[in-house]
Amino acid sequence: MSTGTTKLDVVVSDVVPVNDLVTRFHFRRRDGDLLPTFSGGAHVVVEMRDGQRTRLNPYSLMGSPLDTREYTISVRRDDVGRGGSLFMHRNVRPGLEMVISYPVNLFSLDLRAKKHLMLAGGIGITPFMAQTAQLAGEGGNFELHYTCRTASLGTYADVLRERYDRRIRLYHDDREERIDLDRLLSTQPLGTHLYVCGPAGMIGWVRDRAAALGWPAETVHFEHFAAPQPGLPFDVTLAVSGKTIRVGEQQSLLEAIEAAGVDPPYLCRGGVCGQCETNVISYDGKFIHNDHWLSEEDHRSGCKIMPCVSRFEGKSLVLER
Amino acid sequence: MAAKSIISRPVYGTLSPQPGKHHLFVADAEGALAISDMAAGAPAGFFGDAHIIFIPGHDGKHVATLEALRPARLYQGHTFASALPRLKQTLANAHMGLRVYLSGTEGLIGQAMQAALEAGIDHTSIQTEHRGSLARRMQCVHCKGITENVTTQPATCVHCGLLLLVRDHYSRRIAAFQGVCINAEDRSEIPPIEEAFP
Ligand code: FES
Repeated sequence: MSTGTTKLDVVVSDVVPVNDLVTRFHFRRRDGDLLPTFSGGAHVVVEMRDGQRTRLNPYSLMGSPLDTREYTISVRRDDVGRGGSLFMHRNVRPGLEMVISYPVNLFSLDLRAKKHLMLAGGIGITPFMAQTAQLAGEGGNFELHYTCRTASLGTYADVLRERYDRRIRLYHDDREERIDLDRLLSTQPLGTHLYVCGPAGMIGWVRDRAAALGWPAETVHFEHFAAPQPGLPFDVTLAVSGKTIRVGEQQSLLEAIEAAGVDPPYLCRGGVCGQCETNVISYDGKFIHNDHWLSEEDHRSGCKIMPCVSRFEGKSLVLER
Repeated sequence: MAAKSIISRPVYGTLSPQPGKHHLFVADAEGALAISDMAAGAPAGFFGDAHIIFIPGHDGKHVATLEALRPARLYQGHTFASALPRLKQTLANAHMGLRVYLSGTEGLIGQAMQAALEAGIDHTSIQTEHRGSLARRMQCVHCKGITENVTTQPATCVHCGLLLLVRDHYSRRIAAFQGVCINAEDRSEIPPIEEAFP
């Protein structure tokens, strides 16, 4: 079962192309009520009925938490991905009835902070849309640095500039503009918290520099949903439920377990929340761990796996599910 | 080291060098020894970015120990109260990358921690080490007065004169243990007074 993720019946109220790659989707409740309150940084898992297949992808809520008449998400089209974003772009139209999860926040603001320093890369801007709206409403102290490939792919850069003016700094890769990170991190007042959302490389870079420059780990928040990677098919035995299943090339282990009628817990489906952690009973082969949750030691031990993003290659794998 | 009893009772560790651009130490009396012990394992040049605020106490010992570390700055205060404005000033001007280390008595650690929390530092990122006397800073729950350096159990509130049981219940906000009247029913009942926090 998807822990804490009771479902919401919604209808797509609007679909708005934002630029060449990004489209925005608006959802309202089918019964016309207000949607549940959320806080900046929260995401929902969107269920996509694609023929025989159900896809479940997490997307950050980007509207203002002060307005729960609708939820909005922005989806960047990934032409070589597993198809979830393509499904959203091609098949989702206004009026379509969909099911989404309750919001879950794995990237919330620490409201004890004296200042919030935000770093976004590309589509990583979406959680900050909600966080800045939340902070602006509360008179919060924030500053957002946003890197994008080109001005035309600077999703919502114009909206943010308009709303918050000089609190937003933009950097364009094609103009060779780069964040002077060490300087930025070294000049922040005591009590600042750092938030970063973007590609894995950017998150790694920022976390490393922050740690080296003396930022305590508790002040550094990051969010990166790793999309499940395709790979070779493999067979898995589920000891508790007594089933043997096959994980297809384009399927994640979690999806295969769900398809077999077992309801494992999940929250993020991106390898960061820890909900789907599963014990390995025995194996002969090698793990391809793609998560950000388990420690390196856990990875080496071969005792645990995060089925939402990780895979396996080899002769046999038995899980406690 | 003080044993963990109830949840609000602070637990102290052992100072260890943290990555960072600047290092601020606040210590009293034997807390200086925690700093010099840590220095033995610190990377070369570590104290070149360090600022030490030290309250030596009446016997004035350990100043030379700290001088030998050649910190960028070494300030000596008479009492914690007289060093506090300097501590606050330092924190107010500091940037992220400053690391805080507190060592010595519980009263010093608690009050310096309070200043650091106010400046926006999370308590989990502050290094602490208890050294020296176990004397407590106590708040009387009846008159709210603070009595410093309480070493006995029970102890007399210097403000209202009630005889108080010194509890392990600690308030991080006021950096003090709570003292509750021990003989509220009958004031003439005086339990034996023992040296509990030498
Ligand atoms: S569902 Fe969050 S780590 Fe797998």
